[in-house]
Amino acid sequence: MTTTGYLDGKVPTGPIDEKWTSHKFNLKLVNPANKRKYDIIVVGTGLAGASAAASLGELGYNVKVFTFHDSPRRAHSIAAQGGINAAKNYKNDGDSVYRLFYDTVKGGDFRAREGNVYRLAEVSVDIIDQCAAQGVPFAREYSGLLDNRSFGGAQVSRTFYARGQTGQQLLLGAYQALARQVHAGSCTLYNRTEMLDLVVKDGKACGIVVRDLLTGEISRHSAHAVVLATGGYGNVFYLSTNAKGSNTTATWRAHKKGAFFANPCYTQIHPTCIPASDDFQSKLTLMSESLRNDGRIWVPKNPNDTRPAHQIPDEDRDYYLERRYPAFGNLVPRDVASRNSKTQVDEGRGVGPIKNGVYLDFGDSIDRLGRDVIEERYGNLFQMYERITDEDPYKMPMRIYPAVHYTMGGLWVDYNLMSNLPGLYVLGEANFSDHGANRLGASALMQGLADGYFVLPYTIGDYLAGMLGEKPVSTDDPVFAESENEVRDQIRRLLSVNGTRPVDSLYRELGVDIVWEHCGMARNQAGLTQAISDIRSLRDEFWTNVKITDQSESLNTSLEKALRVADFFEMAELMCKDALDREESCGGHFREEYQTEDGEALRNDDRFAYAAAWEWTGESGQQRLNKEELTFEYVKLAQRSYK
Amino acid sequence: MSGSGHGQTMRITLKVWRQDNPSDKGGFQVVDVPGVSPEMSFLEMLDVVNGRLTESGDRPIVFDHDCREGICGSCGVIINGVAHGPERGTATCQLHMRKFSDGDTIAVEPWRAAAFPVIRDLAVDRSAFDRIVEAGGYISAPTGSAIDANMIPIPKPVADASMDAAQCIGCGACVAACPNSAAQLFTSAKLAHLNLMPQGQPERWARTEAMVETMEQFFGSCTNHGECQDACPKEISVDFIAMMNRDYVKSKRKNRQLLSQSI
Repeated sequence: MTTTGYLDGKVPTGPIDEKWTSHKFNLKLVNPANKRKYDIIVVGTGLAGASAAASLGELGYNVKVFTFHDSPRRAHSIAAQGGINAAKNYKNDGDSVYRLFYDTVKGGDFRAREGNVYRLAEVSVDIIDQCAAQGVPFAREYSGLLDNRSFGGAQVSRTFYARGQTGQQLLLGAYQALARQVHAGSCTLYNRTEMLDLVVKDGKACGIVVRDLLTGEISRHSAHAVVLATGGYGNVFYLSTNAKGSNTTATWRAHKKGAFFANPCYTQIHPTCIPASDDFQSKLTLMSESLRNDGRIWVPKNPNDTRPAHQIPDEDRDYYLERRYPAFGNLVPRDVASRNSKTQVDEGRGVGPIKNGVYLDFGDSIDRLGRDVIEERYGNLFQMYERITDEDPYKMPMRIYPAVHYTMGGLWVDYNLMSNLPGLYVLGEANFSDHGANRLGASALMQGLADGYFVLPYTIGDYLAGMLGEKPVSTDDPVFAESENEVRDQIRRLLSVNGTRPVDSLYRELGVDIVWEHCGMARNQAGLTQAISDIRSLRDEFWTNVKITDQSESLNTSLEKALRVADFFEMAELMCKDALDREESCGGHFREEYQTEDGEALRNDDRFAYAAAWEWTGESGQQRLNKEELTFEYVKLAQRSYK
Repeated sequence: MSGSGHGQTMRITLKVWRQDNPSDKGGFQVVDVPGVSPEMSFLEMLDVVNGRLTESGDRPIVFDHDCREGICGSCGVIINGVAHGPERGTATCQLHMRKFSDGDTIAVEPWRAAAFPVIRDLAVDRSAFDRIVEAGGYISAPTGSAIDANMIPIPKPVADASMDAAQCIGCGACVAACPNSAAQLFTSAKLAHLNLMPQGQPERWARTEAMVETMEQFFGSCTNHGECQDACPKEISVDFIAMMNRDYVKSKRKNRQLLSQSI
């Protein structure tokens, strides 16, 4: 590795609760009449992208919005179930902006940037107001006021929800706000259009190259600024709770054009998913973490217990989370809950036909509250579980097991959400900024909407103001031609391999056999070293043996997938490299060599209290490390304890 | 990973619609599919078929899908003549092969509706739905203009009814199931979601008129068959169509009154 560089997150000075306010005042403004002179590209229409595009359109900018979906409403934010956090303190239970900030920094295992997290907590309250005004049908009390539930990693009830479909309702709110701007003409929508390259001129992002998925046409789009809100990279594992189309291509291509990729090893394994049933399994299904409010997690004490769950008496059950973490019980953070499930299954106490799950039991809650209450709270989740497993969770405990769900790492951004490339902004799950090494439940929706509604619309003006009078780079410029040629070359190469293995066969081997095996819930030096070498040889096979039988320009789903998987092959290598480099355990990154006597994650703050931002140097796996040192002025560095 | 859940597999015959492009005539391809596990979802069965087609040098079947959790609304095909197949209240991705039997022939077709032209095989263009929403399917609340969320209490039954309508996933099964290819259930669900809410009142009548009339540019007319409700994976009620019809009639008068014109 070459010499390490250092990065400045550009967090404003001053007391934490005044940083954002004073920063907003110091940001340069673009006057209302000048806004229409600026073009902005937004890629992705999930919570972050749709909210950003709508808000920028409302301000008067010319916005071009790109999504590979047939409609913006399909983005994967739609699948979020449980809720969205906000420090409203409507429950009078001691919540505050400061407490949400504190919980998030601690929950992230002290690997997030304090300034960003405080701002997130601060604008969380505005998000709820904004969404209620849009008509998001949040759950209500009989008084007509908003209801809350509690979530993992918190001791207050601050989660707002719309049945088990909170993500859907928030996304529809943002989608409708975007639809309004499309109708008004401020936003132009390009659906079924996938970004395949970022165009950079003189170090600044100036446009993108895209492929029309219906016609195969490659086209160039330039703008004063490019905003990526393209989600995370969880599908590098092949099996995850991400939608099948979720991919890292936009962020990875930006990385290869110079944007730093930060903390790729921070991946979140969600504790409550339905266990896999077989090799044909195409994805895993999450059951909302909110279920842990009323469900109790247990395994039989005796690994050889063959009795059906309801015949196992209490004294023969081990409610291991309640036993080990009396203060938080079943509501410990996700990483802690997941690792404990893994331990139970690894030690042979797993349940289900292939002993790959633990029980999540609603029996006591149904006895205490009645079936009606449970049905009202979780009816759609119970129905979904029954569809998939053919078991009735009102009668039998659910079987759950952890699955990849979210990625905390992403493109490095400063306090303004701008990457190291001027003019490139990154929002939502696609960036790395707010969750540190572990995200708390109900915080992804909060961050996506915070970035899109309440951060970017302010910060982007500061950059654009300096470009007044400048035209966007012409799409006839050689930088665009060069990008377009690279994209065409890659497509030609993939279609000409004509090997023997379908994309999915190689992809599954990458995700399940290599990345999940060695860079999943637990990692170690030998495994990661092995993984890197395995990834390289499988990548070579991919480029010489992939078989794409559809050669057409029109809707070609095999080609789309191959292009995405090609990027996962490089992404996977960086992820393992980062995991190998980070010789400590923190949040979602658990290195077996670094754990406490109780088996908890053991951080090394002296050596690793930094964000690792990797810089592409021209070849996969040869990235150079840049560090952003993290300082904790307000939340004192401490070993997390949920006991 | 170990063997399939129940160990037994089925053999099915798939009669699947293949159409290379929008102007191609298209037709059924018959595919023999052995080794189907009852634990597979319908789309996982199609994945397996696509893997085999690719290995044998054929072009895989194109179909839209994404979340595979029944919420994104991307997927949807006609299975044995029924939108989303035999299980009520279930999107195609949540349908499992255990609902079929060994030896079954399963016919799979794209949504059939003039407003949803076929793109390729089982994928159709549903962007007419976006046009309906763009016409007024929103509450105008520019970012930053909101008051405190608890300043507008909403009676729980109202919020619940609004949520019942708001659950629509925009899959288009209602249109595909309708003999007239009407989009009344989709449009009325969005209208009910917004028109029931206090926040939705200022734009209620303009929204209703604009959305209904945009819908009519693309889709057929409703003649109260109720097939849409039966096909809807979210089991959205046709009662919302009645509400929309009432609001539409009223909107004609209200929108003129709002302009201070008498009728």
